[in-house]
Amino acid sequence: MSSQNPDALPHTAADSVGLVEPQVHHFDTPLELECGRTLPTYDLIYETYGTLNSEASNAVLICHALSGHHHAAGYHRADDKRPGWWDTCIGPGKVIDTNRFFVVSLNNLGGCHGSTGPASINPESGQPWGPDFPMMTVKDWVNSQARLADVLGIQRWAAVIGGSMGGMQALQWSIDYPERLSHAVVIAAAPKLSAQNIAFNEVARQSILTDPNFYGGRYYLHDTYPRQGLILARMVGHITYLSDDAMRMKFGRDLRAGRFHFGFDVEFQVESYLRHQGEVFSRNFDANTYLLMTKALDYFDPAREFDHSLEQALGRPTCNFLVMSFTSDWRFAPERSREIVNGLVHAGRNVSYAEIDTPKGHDAFLLDIPEYIKLFGAYMHRVANETENTSQDLEAGPHA
Amino acid sequence: MRDDLQLISDWIPRNATLLDLGCGDGTLLAHLKTHKKTAGYGLEINQDNLAACFEKGVNVLEQDLDGGLGNFQNHRFDYVIMTQALQAVLRPDQILNEMIRVGREAIITFPNFGHWKVRAYLGLKGRMPVSSALPHEWYNTPNIHLCTVQDFETHCRKQGIRILERQVINRNHRTSVLSKWWPNLFGEIAIYRVKG
Repeated sequence: MSSQNPDALPHTAADSVGLVEPQVHHFDTPLELECGRTLPTYDLIYETYGTLNSEASNAVLICHALSGHHHAAGYHRADDKRPGWWDTCIGPGKVIDTNRFFVVSLNNLGGCHGSTGPASINPESGQPWGPDFPMMTVKDWVNSQARLADVLGIQRWAAVIGGSMGGMQALQWSIDYPERLSHAVVIAAAPKLSAQNIAFNEVARQSILTDPNFYGGRYYLHDTYPRQGLILARMVGHITYLSDDAMRMKFGRDLRAGRFHFGFDVEFQVESYLRHQGEVFSRNFDANTYLLMTKALDYFDPAREFDHSLEQALGRPTCNFLVMSFTSDWRFAPERSREIVNGLVHAGRNVSYAEIDTPKGHDAFLLDIPEYIKLFGAYMHRVANETENTSQDLEAGPHA
Repeated sequence: MRDDLQLISDWIPRNATLLDLGCGDGTLLAHLKTHKKTAGYGLEINQDNLAACFEKGVNVLEQDLDGGLGNFQNHRFDYVIMTQALQAVLRPDQILNEMIRVGREAIITFPNFGHWKVRAYLGLKGRMPVSSALPHEWYNTPNIHLCTVQDFETHCRKQGIRILERQVINRNHRTSVLSKWWPNLFGEIAIYRVKG
């Protein structure tokens, strides 16, 4: 797109990480989970972009949101139509500059894109885990990510970065492994879900659970999947990702055929869009994973371990924080980000906060919004400078 | 660095905690962090200024001063600083009260509307004053609550706000004998350290 030559393939663009190949690491050390169960062995699929410097000080971890995965930037194949989900922000010269950072992006446990999840085979039964897959929490994910960091030789992340559910993981990292990150970038997140957030998740779950093709989560054995349930779940989710204004601007009350049909088929453009989004999603996402990820969101509440005091929980981190929100985001509204900021200020932590004025809603964190890119970029520029200065100090250290 | 910022910087002891209202590009906070080992936050709403603070590694929160400082506890900071913004807020009296609530002390600077040039501009030209300290036209000025040195001190007296220190400087950010004796007439910028 940004390439000079219109015939050039997108993956050859100067600001693209190009063709990337996922890697899988198999873990044999059992992982104890918050729910009390243990995952004996598991795989994590991940991608990396850029080069790890000799001190391993320039590594950045990308945490994905509800429907995200390890493929955050670049292309898997030259004829891929679309790049990874955060290609807007990751690449040479971009906000998360792969000329300066070594970027790690993984698919979380319980996912359906290559890391061990409900669709994987349970070694004990030889059958897909299905509903028997243990419930995951944000804390469990962070623990598994820490093990991946060990494997990659990363003792301390220059930054842990995420939007939405990814931001929650960044926050959990700062509390659980304060000595293992220098910066946490928490975008469009919340310190815990509201009753309304949980309510939307529950509608999504019920639509899957009540689909006749769900078969109690063992639909793999029936060679089917709860397609309709997934479509509905995604449709309701998608409404919360957009703002009223964004929908008005994108669709208004436009009719597909220009007139009323007085029936229940698709008439309004917004209906068509939602159905399409649901359809595409249902083909690419595992229903059990969707159930599990929404529950992990519902359970997220780091203050709970600290007597329900967010201030106390945020007394643990030692890293610097960047918190960002979007004015029209009503899923995790700016007030929710300010709760995090106020908690951090109360605890005396280093924190900066920006509220991006945009009509794009929750999804804004994935989009190329100039003001957002500018501020995020300015912060990451500083992070990169710090890692490079530290490297120089270390190099100079023994001789100085 | 601007001379008024240098003056303020001289008033801040080492390791102080600060809140800088309308911190701009973070120059003052960065300077104090380096030279006085201070900690704290700036509040700002201008995007370019936020980006500049991010680059400098200065903690800055996007927050509109007109919304108050309700998110900060009583005496959370050693000093709450506001340079050249008092005249631009909706309710200077309320923000002043908030400053002395949140800070053990407050430092405020503002352009003195009682300066002789300002008086002369209005008195002789009969037009709203425009100067280096007040560069805007009447229709686009952010300065909606201008006051004089005397106005400010009267207000403090009425509100029981104690003035601990005062400096007035001229256009070149210098103090002079004249401005020392007749601050309301010869001071272009007034700098105060106050306490609740």
